[in-house]
Amino acid sequence: MAKITFITSDNETIVAEANSGSVMELAKDNNVNGIDGDCGGVCSCATCHVHVAAGDFDKVGAPGEIEADMLELEDNYNEHSRLCCQIDISDAIDGVTLHVVN
Amino acid sequence: MKKSALPDPFAQAREAKGYGTVEDQNDPVTMLLRLKDVRKTAKDTKTFQSGAAPGRIVVPSEVSIRDTRQIPFEVDPPMHGEYRALLEDWFKRPEQPDYRESLEEIITELVDEALQMDSLEVMEQFALKLQSRALTLLLNIPYEESETWIGWGMHVFRSEESALDGDKAAILYDYIDAQIDKAIEHPGDDLYSVLLDSEIEGRKLTKEEVKGVMILTFAGGRDTVINAVTNSIAYFAEHPESLTRLDNEPEITAHAVEELVRYFSPLTHMGRVVTEDTQVCEHAAKADTRVSLCWASANRDASTFENPNEIVIDRKMNPHVGFGFGIHKCLGATHARQVLRVLLGVLAQKVKSIDILEQKDNIEDWGEFQRKVGYDSIQVEFHRKD
Repeated sequence: MAKITFITSDNETIVAEANSGSVMELAKDNNVNGIDGDCGGVCSCATCHVHVAAGDFDKVGAPGEIEADMLELEDNYNEHSRLCCQIDISDAIDGVTLHVVN
Repeated sequence: MKKSALPDPFAQAREAKGYGTVEDQNDPVTMLLRLKDVRKTAKDTKTFQSGAAPGRIVVPSEVSIRDTRQIPFEVDPPMHGEYRALLEDWFKRPEQPDYRESLEEIITELVDEALQMDSLEVMEQFALKLQSRALTLLLNIPYEESETWIGWGMHVFRSEESALDGDKAAILYDYIDAQIDKAIEHPGDDLYSVLLDSEIEGRKLTKEEVKGVMILTFAGGRDTVINAVTNSIAYFAEHPESLTRLDNEPEITAHAVEELVRYFSPLTHMGRVVTEDTQVCEHAAKADTRVSLCWASANRDASTFENPNEIVIDRKMNPHVGFGFGIHKCLGATHARQVLRVLLGVLAQKVKSIDILEQKDNIEDWGEFQRKVGYDSIQVEFHRKD
């Protein structure tokens, strides 16, 4: 079980839990504003951009090459950017905080 | 080569130099072929503008047959964002459950009909009807209106003889003018009325602006959806195992749709006008010339996609640009995705197999590149599940 905290761009805090799936799916299931996930999670639409809280970045890990290529063209890209459709839910990311970019 | 395959005509040029050139009414276009160049150029809206003369970013150019600016498609920032913000919520409606249910009814009826026929021509007898009926949902107008559009036949814009036909385009433009006038007289809860009532920068949208949005909605979503639907039927005819898989694992449907859109790339490319002398792919691009973002080529770029010429039905990493990229990405994508997701679901549930009886490929002519984008016609036979 992983508990994830989303903080939206209008400062709403949503805490959600799941055992499996992707963080994007979890966000959609919990109506997190700013996570659209238009492409269903194949790293094509970049509508699930988050900034991982600085202290949690090691837990979540860096993006792969294809995801990084997408991210570096995004507005508000920084060194903690991830597309959350590419973050799998597991115990390893329990307790992380994600700031929704859009 | 399978009958349903769409070969990649760009591979050699993409790897060797990264671009190609196509002549078009004395306004040639440099086609960008690599995924990274296409993405980067799509993002740089200052140097590569969409807000040139109406019709110029389209290839073949529609400058000689259209004065109305398509909105928000042919508008640059910052106004682009204002228009887009007005439209986003409306064009997200396809995610709502009742919208999906209505789509399911439309598509189930067509598939049931197809299962009862000895054979059918998919473009006219299935895809055009599906696209037209589904469009009534997007516009929120009565279902019966789709009969008018089906009556227009396959090519409102594209005639058999030439790529551009002003008389045919006028059918659509006159129709939209009349519908706008009707909505002014009798406002309702359809897209025309909603737009007429919308405000931008503290004023109401003009009739010309409403027309610009409506032309985009009709034109952008017609051939593209029809080709995507028809190509999907052709693909499943030669890959019944994919239908079985979708039936057993419906959770892969969204991934399958993205993969089909990548492989089909229903819109081959879209232009931009260069605003200042620059370089693309180490090739000089002069101010006031045209480049195009070749989605179809970018979607087969082997530097990103493994086995790019194969449909991998559950492809997980799929950063395709089949719906474009950047601020101008397809406004109708939510609708198109829902149409395809529902179509795949209904086919997987009801259809055992499909036979292709006869086909005539639709080959686009882009100078040095000849690209199959779909079919002029394709006759098939549907077989129901036991």
